[in-house]
Amino acid sequence: MTAPLTLFEKVWRSHEVVPEAADAPAVLYIDLHLIHEVTSPQAFTALRERGLRLRRPDLTFATMDHSTPTRTEQVFGGAPISVEAAARQVHELERNCEAFGVELLGLRDARRGIVHIIGPELGLTQPGKTVVCGDSHTSTHGALGALAFGIGTTEVGHVFATQCLLQRKPRTLAVNVHGRLSAGVGAKDLILAIIGRIGVGGGTGHVIEYRGETIAGFDMDARMTVCNMSIEAGARAGMIAPDETTYRYLAGRLRAPQGEAWDAALERWRQLPGDPGASFDRELDIDAAALEPMMTYGTNPGMVIPVGGTIPERAGDPVFAKSLAYMGFAPGERIQEHPVNVVFVGSCTNGRLSDLRAAASLLRGRKVANGVHMLVVPGSQQVKREAEAEGLDRIFIEAGAEWRESGCSMCLGMNGDLVPKGHYAVSTSNRNFEGRQGIGARTLLASPLTAAACAVRGRVTDPRELM
Amino acid sequence: MEPIRTLRSRTVVLAASDIDTDQIIPARFLTTTSREGLGEHLFADWRYGPDGAPRADFVLNQPQARGCSILVAGHNFGCGSSREHAPWALTDFGVRAVVSTQIADIFRSNALKNGLLPVIVEPGAHRWLIEHPGAEVTIDLDSSTLRLPGGETVRYPLEPFARYCLMNGVDELGFLLEREAQIAAYEARSAAA
Ligand code: SF4
Repeated sequence: MTAPLTLFEKVWRSHEVVPEAADAPAVLYIDLHLIHEVTSPQAFTALRERGLRLRRPDLTFATMDHSTPTRTEQVFGGAPISVEAAARQVHELERNCEAFGVELLGLRDARRGIVHIIGPELGLTQPGKTVVCGDSHTSTHGALGALAFGIGTTEVGHVFATQCLLQRKPRTLAVNVHGRLSAGVGAKDLILAIIGRIGVGGGTGHVIEYRGETIAGFDMDARMTVCNMSIEAGARAGMIAPDETTYRYLAGRLRAPQGEAWDAALERWRQLPGDPGASFDRELDIDAAALEPMMTYGTNPGMVIPVGGTIPERAGDPVFAKSLAYMGFAPGERIQEHPVNVVFVGSCTNGRLSDLRAAASLLRGRKVANGVHMLVVPGSQQVKREAEAEGLDRIFIEAGAEWRESGCSMCLGMNGDLVPKGHYAVSTSNRNFEGRQGIGARTLLASPLTAAACAVRGRVTDPRELM
Repeated sequence: MEPIRTLRSRTVVLAASDIDTDQIIPARFLTTTSREGLGEHLFADWRYGPDGAPRADFVLNQPQARGCSILVAGHNFGCGSSREHAPWALTDFGVRAVVSTQIADIFRSNALKNGLLPVIVEPGAHRWLIEHPGAEVTIDLDSSTLRLPGGETVRYPLEPFARYCLMNGVDELGFLLEREAQIAAYEARSAAA
């Protein structure tokens, strides 16, 4: 009898081209390589310099998202892209994909979107696959039971040339989530609470598997929100065992297996969940029922408190003091009722249909407060169409928010969608690092529901007050 | 890649913990399509004032930082994004090793591929280094040790394959390309399954 294995171990083992040894890492096979405009150019250059071919263009898939415009007239109307260097990068991706035979979703493609939204949406991401991308939030795809992690540009080149990576086997961390989330509390609040608990380096060297009845009860959008932010705890990958929710989500998607291939795939996928008795290097238990809407107050995602909470005091910690000074906050202060200038709903963390529905549910019949700039950016063109079919765009526009084309947008501001210096931005994205959303921008990470509540009141608000 | 055996330099210290890749190289400099020239933008938002002039109070702008190739940083250096622009900016600036008590996974992996040495030391030695900026230290790869000015040595973990690659200037892609037969066999096996 073989020892019981975790989900991660099963996927890892089935992709070992050469298992790891004391003096060499494993050669791991990659089933799906997603690329975008920012981290791929130097890898294509490396191929050219060495005269190498791209080994499996059929397993490589490209989109553009990070530096692309979100203004309709710039995407579809031929208006110039505001950031010239970004336009160059987009053209370089087009040239490279053409030269190496990689399928690319161009700027005007109806399937285009943020790389971590479209992978699952198109059915490219599947249970048991290894998925990589030159982007740390590749951890998102683990929500479907894939082993998915971000890589650097040199490694993008390795996968181009060999479809493999050299990897040491990471350790495993089980996060067991039990109990029911209360109304107004969602997946974003849960993952922020987890990061607050273990810290931004707490998952380093580990792959996290999220388990328990709370996770099992989540829809795929919520699961992706959780896995997405695994990297914010330092873990390269987050995974959730596939189940009926996963299979229902995938069935019929453009690139998912069809017909007999679907039945065969389903049979394989059903073998993936961890065996009873499989053990992890570490385990952590979270009581979901005790959670409240969360918001960050500092300059990393681990600096997080309930919206109604108080900023902690950490006397004698200069880094903490510097972070609070950047944010314009003081220890012992409450963040609730603090004025807000910008609200951003979008990103690979919270740019899916259910996120937009949550934000719209609070905005329906209400107005964005005077002086607040609210930007709603769907995660993909498909999400945009689905939201429009339900009339969500009207709700946002009538409330006074801007409704844009899909992309990373204000999550990192590469395309010019920036938060002005000193302004407070409640953002549904994943990083509140100094300057992330613009030089001097002050980011408060929160759920779509909380973000919408803050937009309506123009102040940091617990969404339950408006529900 | 140039082989590295030992590295001897004065240190420069950035004591902050959780220094993320957005600080090392802000996103607005990622629109480049080459690897070169990023050193100019290293820590851009800390290094330059609003007028673009170097800030005299930032350590990398001070005369004693000139020529230092060993950066001692607070706990959990390099967290955040997978941008390899971070180690590119550091090496372009002249940094050859980063010493901390924890270094984020993707940053560490990227650093190793660019001849930038991630050195993880225990908290005691780390505290001493943080408190003694400008100390002359020697980092030896063969013995995986860091020697303090007093002669005391501390060991740091270095994965054997990474050490081999660094010491011999071997790049991983060459190693992977030599596994072609095994890769093809794996593909044949999975296609049949
Ligand atoms: S939305 Fe933000 S975090 Fe996600 S891929 Fe884009 S830039 Fe990265």
